[in-house]
Amino acid sequence: MSDAAKKFMYVNRRAPYGTVYALEGLEVVLIGAAFDQDVCMAFIDDGVFQLKKGQDTKDSNMKNFSPTYRALGDYEVTKLYVDKESLEQRGLGEDDLMDLTYEDEDDDYNEKPSIRIVSRDELADLMEQQDVILNY
Amino acid sequence: MAFEIAGKTYETDEEGYLANLADWNPEVADFMAKEDDCDLTENHWEVINFLREYYEEYQIAPAVRVLTKAIGKRLGKEKGNSKYLYELFPYGPAKQACKYAGLPKPTGCV
Repeated sequence: MSDAAKKFMYVNRRAPYGTVYALEGLEVVLIGAAFDQDVCMAFIDDGVFQLKKGQDTKDSNMKNFSPTYRALGDYEVTKLYVDKESLEQRGLGEDDLMDLTYEDEDDDYNEKPSIRIVSRDELADLMEQQDVILNY
Repeated sequence: MAFEIAGKTYETDEEGYLANLADWNPEVADFMAKEDDCDLTENHWEVINFLREYYEEYQIAPAVRVLTKAIGKRLGKEKGNSKYLYELFPYGPAKQACKYAGLPKPTGCV
């Protein structure tokens, strides 16, 4: 990654279905990943539901796009920050989220988890470090 | 738009991508390739089948950079490079191969 790479954070605050924000936001991340930026994603409020295991959209006539989050590692999007407080408020824990991993090129292609549970304070620090923050 | 093979009609979008993923069969790929004056070899089929599996697993058609890397991992380094893939699919490996595979046009950089 060059020194010119900017730090981008995509903030996801909405539930995956019901509005088009989550899917559109994910597509923007995948498109943006081609431009050699330092990309991370944050999942806050109902946004944490986007990473929930075992999504089933059969009865809602919407495409279940949750498998696409598993492709993020291929696109070198490897930092998915999840707000701990938002999880707890919804009765969720780390075990309720999908197992998302990436292969670390700098460490013999070992598989590592992409999801990192963080506190509000840590999230605030991370936001402070970004050049660009986009909300979906 | 649409085309017909052996009496069955296949709907496509304005760029010739299959409208319904479920309509796909190997004859569709052969038909589309012939329209482009391209004969599908075993090497083409490797990429087409790989794309169908990728879509099945991730519900997206991969960007060309991701496709190239993944092909290299699956089929070997000598195939995981743009030169090899562009020789097979001169209209752009992601775009052309996805079309033959019956997938939607890839998201983003193709």
